Amino acid sequence: MSEKVIMDQLGIGRALSRISHEIIERNKGTEGLVLVGIRTCGIHLARRISEKIREIEKSEVPVGILDITLYRDDLLTKKGHPAVRKTDIPFDLAGTVVVLVDDVLYTGRTIRAAMDELMDFGRPAMIQLAVLIDRGHRELPIRADYVGKGVPTSKTAVIKVLLSEEGMEDRVILRED
Amino acid sequence: MELKRKDLLDIKGLDREEIELILDTAESFKEVTGREIKKVPTLRGKTVVNLFFEPSTRTRTSFEIAAKRLSADVINFSVSGSSVSKGETLLDTARNIEAMRADFIIIRHPASGAPHILARNLRSSVINAGDGLHEHPTQALLDMFTIRERKGKIEGLTVAIIGDIAHSRVARSNIYGLTRMGARVRVAGPPALIPAEVETLGVSVFYDMEEALSGADVIMVLRIQLERQGKNYFPTLREFARLYCLTQERAGHAKGDAMIMHPGPVNRGIEISPEVADGLSSVILEQVTNGVAVRMAVLYLLSGSGEI
Repeated sequence: MSEKVIMDQLGIGRALSRISHEIIERNKGTEGLVLVGIRTCGIHLARRISEKIREIEKSEVPVGILDITLYRDDLLTKKGHPAVRKTDIPFDLAGTVVVLVDDVLYTGRTIRAAMDELMDFGRPAMIQLAVLIDRGHRELPIRADYVGKGVPTSKTAVIKVLLSEEGMEDRVILRED
Repeated sequence: MELKRKDLLDIKGLDREEIELILDTAESFKEVTGREIKKVPTLRGKTVVNLFFEPSTRTRTSFEIAAKRLSADVINFSVSGSSVSKGETLLDTARNIEAMRADFIIIRHPASGAPHILARNLRSSVINAGDGLHEHPTQALLDMFTIRERKGKIEGLTVAIIGDIAHSRVARSNIYGLTRMGARVRVAGPPALIPAEVETLGVSVFYDMEEALSGADVIMVLRIQLERQGKNYFPTLREFARLYCLTQERAGHAKGDAMIMHPGPVNRGIEISPEVADGLSSVILEQVTNGVAVRMAVLYLLSGSGEI
């Protein structure tokens, strides 16, 4: 088993800065823009991106929280349920451009669930996707609009995103068996 | 953490972690019930059967709404006009319902232990919605949820349960749950309505309202079960009301921020005065709202047991 750090604190910071710039550029500013982080790491990343956008554009981009547990497609086939926590979207989604934020894009199933849940909250004008790591192996026709780093992995590899908000040192670890 | 059981039959058998898991999960479901689209796809394709052998509006409707908000299909099986009135046994009725591939059977029955019989004999998840004089677990869970939401905790609170303790499955479930969660529980009522040796459940017994209410954080008033009376447990309703009705003045003996609860339906002017039932300290309607979230949590957690 080998373990290596594929992104350190500086690397994560730079990737999030670039993603923030790209979000502003692509949407020509922050008008109607909202960020929605997917529990748990996605929330921290969304807050960091919102902070960076504030530094760059001097404007507030609101951050919402999505818990996709109730929309998972494996709930009724797997034994034992994951804990359900709260979704908190304290703004109206109608007509907004939503940037979904997650740490790792893998099969795409989490993003499918997240989009279904968002649609139940309102009708955004557009949904975009930002991820820190894209590790491939998609099982659904989903792609990210903003990617921190693309990492080719085997299906048995494990990617862990550790963040200071969770009491760890910022880094991304790739573990291969 | 997950709930490792197929059925929810009573509070007595739940440990503290299980109760906390249900209450925590219910908090998330309360957020769902506050959305504009109050529905999630979680139990799509599952079937929930309400099998009620006693009249009920609140509990049956609450379970029905909870199941529908989880996208399950709900069938209400009413006993009058069914095969039960043709002499079918309880187990045969339930087996037939299970044969139609019901995933959950929610049962209310006048006989204590009826849900346990079904749980032993069926593969479906069985939820007790009140059995005889035994237990009413989801009511106690929603009461504990409401207390925790208002007071931030249950441990260390003083809870006074007032009225017909002997005939109340709500009281029994709450006594098991609240004592397990670390509350100090008092029961009060006319001597004939206090079950013998109830102290062995870890509660203190009072026959005087003022003493029982003194310093209480929570007052839980029970319904006088008029349909079970006529057996002379007390001389008249008027006398009961004079001694045990929760009036504004009596409620004043509890703490200033005491919350007032009632499982419904309320007999106004008998166990609780209208001013108190409708007063600022009353959380009676909040209990009803929370009931849906708690029942959603129970359905969700039981569906994860992997046996259905």
